[in-house]
Amino acid sequence: MHLDPSPSHGGPAAVSADVRRPDGGRRALRIGLGGPVGSGKTATVAALCRALRDEVSLAVVTNDIYTREDAEFLLREAVLPPERITAVETGACPHTAIRDDISANLEAVEDLEDEAGPLDLILVESGGDNLTATFSRGLVDAQIFVIDVAGGDDIPRKGGPGVTTADLLVVNKTDLAPYVGSDLARMAADARAQRARLPVVFQSLRGEDGARDVADWVRERLAAWVA
Amino acid sequence: MSRAALLVLADGRFPAGGHAHSGGAEAAVGAGRVTGAASLEDFCRGRLHTTGLVAAAVAAAAALGVDPVELDAAADARTPSPALRTAARKLGRQLLRAARVAWPSGELDALAGTFPKGAHQPVVLGVTALAAGLGPADAAYCAAYESVSGPASATVRLLGLDPFDATGVLARLAPEVDEVVTRAVGTAREAVGAGVDALPAASAPLLEVFAQAHAGWAVRLFAT
Ligand SMILES: Nc1nc2c(ncn2[C@@H]2O[C@H](COP(=O)(O)OP(=O)(O)OP(=O)(O)O)[C@@H](O)[C@H]2O)c(=O)[nH]1
Ligand SMILES: [Mg+2]
Repeated sequence: MHLDPSPSHGGPAAVSADVRRPDGGRRALRIGLGGPVGSGKTATVAALCRALRDEVSLAVVTNDIYTREDAEFLLREAVLPPERITAVETGACPHTAIRDDISANLEAVEDLEDEAGPLDLILVESGGDNLTATFSRGLVDAQIFVIDVAGGDDIPRKGGPGVTTADLLVVNKTDLAPYVGSDLARMAADARAQRARLPVVFQSLRGEDGARDVADWVRERLAAWVA
Repeated sequence: MSRAALLVLADGRFPAGGHAHSGGAEAAVGAGRVTGAASLEDFCRGRLHTTGLVAAAVAAAAALGVDPVELDAAADARTPSPALRTAARKLGRQLLRAARVAWPSGELDALAGTFPKGAHQPVVLGVTALAAGLGPADAAYCAAYESVSGPASATVRLLGLDPFDATGVLARLAPEVDEVVTRAVGTAREAVGAGVDALPAASAPLLEVFAQAHAGWAVRLFAT
């Protein structure tokens, strides 16, 4: 954790990786969801909101590339009340906003805590990007990388920072595997080889309770966060 | 004064949110007013001598210790577009966050206490320059240069403009950036005694009008 370098100055905390909020309370756990365009990040966020919203107080930050579509989808689906969903504009460069210059996203999570809090969990969705786009540790406490079987079954083998280092790798749209000729066993073996002991979940959001495993993983992280 | 600290602050990769803004270039490209290197140069020249000059003067005044609350009000009065005012305060808040980690100081903490949701970015820039051991001219240089470098790099993305041509535009404008900084620092020094009304109030009406329209676009790459 990045601690305030100047505790003697008193004022409000400058660095939001601090576990404590300026008022002394524990801030929300922040989980990032990244991955290529269209892999199912927003669908996973929506499913997580439905699964967890009765258990914990949560909010969502979306990072759209050139529209507010993700935020508007979540609003339309009414997975959360509008005051719990914020869209960050990223200036044509989604990975900059989640990794190289996280200032706008930090503002968004802090404002959500101030205005909709207290919160237990904030999900931060990245705009769809390439296989190297990962979240800064200054922004999120853990990250999920979402790929899908239709994007090519060689993605786990290709690796890259998202596939190899994310705290959870989700291989989405398994229902499409027969139609696009993706070999799920091979994807699983490649992912294991790339990720050592880091977990991988295969899911289809077309099925009943499709995000169950991811929701369980989030529950574990939440339990560890407040422990 | 540390010249290296100036490089840190002026670096386009300084993590203070600038990458999400085009400085009006996206709206100008959309209106067909910026189509290549020549029209980008005209656009940047106009911006430099209007909002660029004002931003540089406000930043220099803040670095000279003029009251940030008065400067923030002065910047508001010089920014007719509500969308641009909101953006300027957001950028100020983002800069403050980065600056407080880079150059921890009582002045920056006090500014954060007075403006929890952000002061106009040039105000924060001036106080940051102070905290970094820099002077009013350094603060003015950052503001003036930013007023042209933002649109130039955004236009590379918007038009696929040759990046060498975009950089050439900035190089050709450099002598004018120097002039603007000299004027800005001069008025900032007047403002120390005479108050913020001594600061320039140059404005570019089309930038303000287009910014308001741009804020309503459903599909856009940049926040402003
Ligand atoms: N068949 C199938 N389609 C899915 C599944 N999950 C998501 N989709 C669909 O895939 C499309 C893209 O899903 P999104 O959730 O918008 O993807 P995203 O990763 O958020 O996309 P960007 O934000 O644009 O990068 C939508 O039409 C979803 O309905 C799945 O498990 N199976
Ligand atoms: Mg999405």
